[in-house]
Amino acid sequence: MAALVIAEHDNAGIKAATLNTVTAAIACGGDVHVLVAGENAAAAAEAAAKIAGVAKVLLADSAALAHGLAENLAAQVIAIAGNYSHILFPATASGKNTAPRVAAKLDVAQVSDITKVVAADTFERPIYAGNAIATVQSADAVKVITVRTTGFDAAAATGGSASVEKIDAAADSGKSRFVGQEIAKNDRPELTAAKIIVSGGRALGSAEKFQEVMTPLADKLGAAIGASRAAVDAGYAANDLQVGQTGKIVAPQLYIAAGISGAIQHLAGMKDSKVIVAINKDPEAPIFSVADYGLEADLFTAVPELVKAL
Amino acid sequence: MKALVPVKRVVDYNVKVRVKSDNTGVDIANVKMSMNPFDEIAVEEAVRLKEKGVVTEVIAVSCGVTACQETLRTAMAIGADRAILVETSEELQPLAVAKLLKALVDKEQPGLIILGKQAIDDDCNQTGQMLAALADLPQATFASKVEVADGKAQVTREVDGGLETIALSLPAVITTDLRLNEPRYVTLPNIMKAKKKQLDTVKPEELGVDVAPRLKTLKVTEPPKRGAGVKVPDVATLVDKLKNEAKVI
Repeated sequence: MAALVIAEHDNAGIKAATLNTVTAAIACGGDVHVLVAGENAAAAAEAAAKIAGVAKVLLADSAALAHGLAENLAAQVIAIAGNYSHILFPATASGKNTAPRVAAKLDVAQVSDITKVVAADTFERPIYAGNAIATVQSADAVKVITVRTTGFDAAAATGGSASVEKIDAAADSGKSRFVGQEIAKNDRPELTAAKIIVSGGRALGSAEKFQEVMTPLADKLGAAIGASRAAVDAGYAANDLQVGQTGKIVAPQLYIAAGISGAIQHLAGMKDSKVIVAINKDPEAPIFSVADYGLEADLFTAVPELVKAL
Repeated sequence: MKALVPVKRVVDYNVKVRVKSDNTGVDIANVKMSMNPFDEIAVEEAVRLKEKGVVTEVIAVSCGVTACQETLRTAMAIGADRAILVETSEELQPLAVAKLLKALVDKEQPGLIILGKQAIDDDCNQTGQMLAALADLPQATFASKVEVADGKAQVTREVDGGLETIALSLPAVITTDLRLNEPRYVTLPNIMKAKKKQLDTVKPEELGVDVAPRLKTLKVTEPPKRGAGVKVPDVATLVDKLKNEAKVI
């Protein structure tokens, strides 16, 4: 049997989360196929075909699949699900939205947010905000899985030469409709794919200060900007910048936390980062207990100084 | 139009859970239990829709042990009109809960089902989407804004990189994200009133649902510990360490 990876893409190319998901799929054993469902997504399918370890790419191209509406995307996956023992989605907003619909229609359990493939039917996944790791075994014929991308290395984006096969696209359910989107446009790397993240907390004090202090550091390092829940709740940073249990789970090479105390829910979202730097003036801040390098200082002087020193 | 609001009883978000020494699970004996925070937001949203005159009745549902009655009373103190407990001492996994809720949706015929995007114990993020699939309803997950008019729901969703707005025909399933609303504090008079509200109990077998778990938990372990590193005295040392020791910049 083979594993099917549902690609995260923007029609023009493949998003990084797809690469980590392919690695998880390879670990499940068997061939790996990738489904690219979108509108005018041939370029994304071509990119998927180059991923190392992918045997075949299936391209479903239709207006109904343009915005990844869960109803239509799930129907697309279900239409071809019979050929697979494993169906894997990246645990992104889109993957989390769609995977359970597929699992329920197939009458199988879903294994969410896996961080390790122990065997073809056994997986590790964090529970209680990462305070415990559960090893679970699925008895279902098809394993529907979402993959925590930070748990798996990215497959090489080039080196593969899979065939691209066009398949019939699922019909529009007619029950939901895309109205619009507001996606922040900037040149920064995506939070979940960034090599370096600089993250600000409530200590920044205002949205203006957050921008003023964090942006130069991010610019200097070519980093993505993140925020603690407290900073987002206070309106200093946009919702989608939140790092933590209920926000983004990240694991960059370098995570710099400025003015973040380190609530358990925040740590759950970043403690797998390779190197963690904490800048905080409170010596008792819990963030120091996970930081490789702690700097006990006022961020308003330390961060600009850091920008200068880099 | 009725709104059905499923709520889950979970370990309170302030409790730091401990893994049992025999690795069979986490120790939840004698710890504080509360309503899943995302479900509280769901109840609040349903009650606000009732206050706006969009919804006529808010029905809270919980699946689990007898003690889930407390969670349902909390939902009714926020403003739910009545409650249903699907009582069982079996371990319930999301697919089973979705099937139980589907049976109740068939019975109650709500126009909206609003629930939390995930529970903070198993962090599954599945039940709403599974219910929508089983009941063949459209869904809007991770809602940060909900508007209902003319038999449609317009929902703004939190997605990677920003926000997305979709329109759904009703009935529909909506799952709540953190910033949809701020749940009200329940007042003592409302807690007293909630005690008198109707709470019905049914068993899974009465709903014709097999709730047997599909996933077997082999073990539960502590996550790998991350040791504290070193404190650096100043920015210059920090930059030096990052460049020459960690080699990440």
